[in-house]
Amino acid sequence: MDLLRNASDLTRHQLFWPLATLALLGVFNAFFSPGFLHLEIKSGHLYGSVVDIFNRAAPLMLIALGMTFVIATRGIDISVGAVVAIAGALAATMIGGTLVIKDGVPEYVTKVPIAVALVAALGVALLCGMWNGMLVARIGMQPIIATLILMVAGRGVAQLITNGQIITIYYQPYFFIGNGFLLGIPFSVYIVAAVLTALVLITRRTALGLFIEAVGINPTASRFSALSSRAIIFWVYAFCGLCAGVAGLIVSSNVKSADGNNAGLLLELDAILAVTLGGTSLAGGRFSIAGSMVGALIIQTLTYTIYSIGVPPEVNLVVKSIVVFLVMLLQSATFRRRVFRTSGMQESAE
Amino acid sequence: MGVGGYTRIRTASDDRHETNVAAKLQSMTANAVPVLEMIGVSRSFPGVKALTKVNFRLMPGEVHALMGQNGAGKSTLIKVLTGVYPPDEGSVLLEGKAVHPATPLDAQHLGISTVYQEINLCPNLSVAENIFIGRYPRKGPAIDWKTMRTNAEELLGRLSVYIDVTQLLSAYSVAIQQMVAIARAISISCRILILDEPTSSLDEEEVGMLFSVIRSLRDRGLAILFVTHFLDQTYEIADRITVLRNGELVGEYMASALPKFDLITRMVGREIGESSFVKAKATDASANAMASPRRTFLTARGLGRRGSIQPLDLELKNGEVLGLGGLLGSGRTETARLLFGIDKADQGTIDIDGHTVTMSSPKEAMKRGIGFCPEDRKSEGIVAALSVRENIILALQSKRGVFHFLPRKKQIAIANAYIKTLDIKVSDMDKPVSQLSGGNQQKVLLARWLATDPQMLILDEPTRGIDVAAKLEIMGEMLALCRKGMAILFTSSELEEVVRCSDRIAILRDRKKITELAGAEADEHTVLKVIAAGHA
Repeated sequence: MDLLRNASDLTRHQLFWPLATLALLGVFNAFFSPGFLHLEIKSGHLYGSVVDIFNRAAPLMLIALGMTFVIATRGIDISVGAVVAIAGALAATMIGGTLVIKDGVPEYVTKVPIAVALVAALGVALLCGMWNGMLVARIGMQPIIATLILMVAGRGVAQLITNGQIITIYYQPYFFIGNGFLLGIPFSVYIVAAVLTALVLITRRTALGLFIEAVGINPTASRFSALSSRAIIFWVYAFCGLCAGVAGLIVSSNVKSADGNNAGLLLELDAILAVTLGGTSLAGGRFSIAGSMVGALIIQTLTYTIYSIGVPPEVNLVVKSIVVFLVMLLQSATFRRRVFRTSGMQESAE
Repeated sequence: MGVGGYTRIRTASDDRHETNVAAKLQSMTANAVPVLEMIGVSRSFPGVKALTKVNFRLMPGEVHALMGQNGAGKSTLIKVLTGVYPPDEGSVLLEGKAVHPATPLDAQHLGISTVYQEINLCPNLSVAENIFIGRYPRKGPAIDWKTMRTNAEELLGRLSVYIDVTQLLSAYSVAIQQMVAIARAISISCRILILDEPTSSLDEEEVGMLFSVIRSLRDRGLAILFVTHFLDQTYEIADRITVLRNGELVGEYMASALPKFDLITRMVGREIGESSFVKAKATDASANAMASPRRTFLTARGLGRRGSIQPLDLELKNGEVLGLGGLLGSGRTETARLLFGIDKADQGTIDIDGHTVTMSSPKEAMKRGIGFCPEDRKSEGIVAALSVRENIILALQSKRGVFHFLPRKKQIAIANAYIKTLDIKVSDMDKPVSQLSGGNQQKVLLARWLATDPQMLILDEPTRGIDVAAKLEIMGEMLALCRKGMAILFTSSELEEVVRCSDRIAILRDRKKITELAGAEADEHTVLKVIAAGHA
């Protein structure tokens, strides 16, 4: 009986179902995709499928972090994919890079110092977020419409920056962001860890988490309690833009080029999905940063699984959506109650 | 005479003993068959008995006003009639036969239609579509637009409304939209029309237009149930008045036989007589006066906002309760919102401690030492899914700013202190505040503001919808705070509470301050007389 109660407490924990899903995917892979759990150190770098998943999930994890706060305020930001493209395009265009042989030594040269390019790209991403924040918080637009504007226009902006070309980057140091290793672990994982740590600290050590939740649950009551609801909403979108900017740098560095049309395509939907999988309700309010991280990992692992078990490419989107559908059903308390009602009653009767 | 149309049809045999109007009305009441009758209807919700054995009847060809304060049971009665809630006991008879409308659609098929306060039509459809939505005239598989148009024009013509019915509904004023809603209602069924506060957003001319439509419908034999908070309008249009109070029937009266003053006393409560409350207040007040001379904290001069409240003067002093007296819709909440910076005043000034300030936001008001417990606890007060503890510290945290986060230990200490002093009944302060009863939620809101250490508290209907014991506790707490030197602005629908607790009472009616009463003259009787008369 006690065991039963403990078990039900456990299943009620916010992270239980996301983690269970991730574990299930892991177990599945352990059986069906050979070498999934295999890790090895090659020339000082940690290699393996799990490392790969973390590395590839980095941009999605970053965007999911920003998206978590936006969704917690009852909002949504569907422009993040476009912002990824803008940030990547700007960084790539400013860096460009050529290989110059100087005194017989090959040397990489950028158009502008890399620091300037990075700051500029992140600054513009932040501005994009602030633009969204202004539309939602000041003008009072519906978040999905407000961010739809940038979702569409942002691709155009990215094209303008790259002049409609796919810009290839020839500057070695820039590649480190998306491909580099530090102490054997991919550098992008450090970026995610840094942002994640900062956010966890901020939401624990300041009242920001409380304020965001309050605004998401009841904006009117929050305003009447002297919270600056508008300022909070504004900065949440601004931060989400910044996260997308960092993700844009990772993506463009990883593929060593910037493609205004396709960089970060549909990433906004994956990010929303990650946040939802992690247990944050689209209706706003209580949010879970850890949940969103697990959600992002679920999506990336799923993608890996589909490729590694050799699902034919023409049906892999269908398979992915079916799995997502099942996961969502499993996570829905209403659905579980309906399906497991009879057995649940028996349990409590005993 | 409003009932004329009806008597002409029904009382040919009664004509003989018609000696005077009163007798005629009585005989009509006695002999007429109500089109709708509710007998002994009760309905409860968890913790609240919304209707207790209420009898109600509606005659054909009359306008029947349903009157009562907040929480009197008006809307529950309407919802029982229209099938939103089934009654727990009692029966609803339609032309003598028991009916059990289970949904609003059911009620509509029975001939009971409702036009709600907030018009529920589709602003993005045309007027004609709105009238016939869900039952478009057909020509084979296609919609017969032409018939729909002519029918819509004809229906609106009956209400003397001549507009282009192909335009979007949103192109027209609220008054016209109301007419469209009525046209839709009478085109579906022609027996009973329920109008729930139809005039709340209309101007005087539009009200006149609506009333002439209502009269013509009545003369055609429709039974009309009319709910409003405007007294003058009630007397202008109603033939008969039913008064509810606390979910119970107070009585049914002919409008012509019920003076305005009597109506108000019946809505507000018991016959005015001796009250132990008045004594309590008197002693409080004198104790107060002795304790310290009162310093003016806030002065409002000519403070007003167009469409919300006409310019008024108010003065709030430390250690004094200023009551806002007046019926619902008289402008109490509007006044409170201006003072707390929720709505911006478009005229007048606010001085705090002698300095003129602009009250631009609740945050600004808080910084000036003002706290505000709003009228609508659920949508404006509590943050439902947050815990009791978080709800209590919310305003204080906002005052400290986002970076000076209250350590958890301190939060717990603060929450505990207020749970104790205000006697908030809560098993676990980390449970969502929504699990508490209304009275305890109200105390949480009070605690939220007390934690900010305010100089002035605005309590807008703090006793609404909570049980008697909690009401007494809240009022007791308020008076205790006042004795400690806080300035308090207090409003309540229960006039008796305002009279009992206030040192001075500013009386509002129809969004205008009429006068201010203080001391001995601020008794319930005088206040009611002033409200009924509309001037000091």
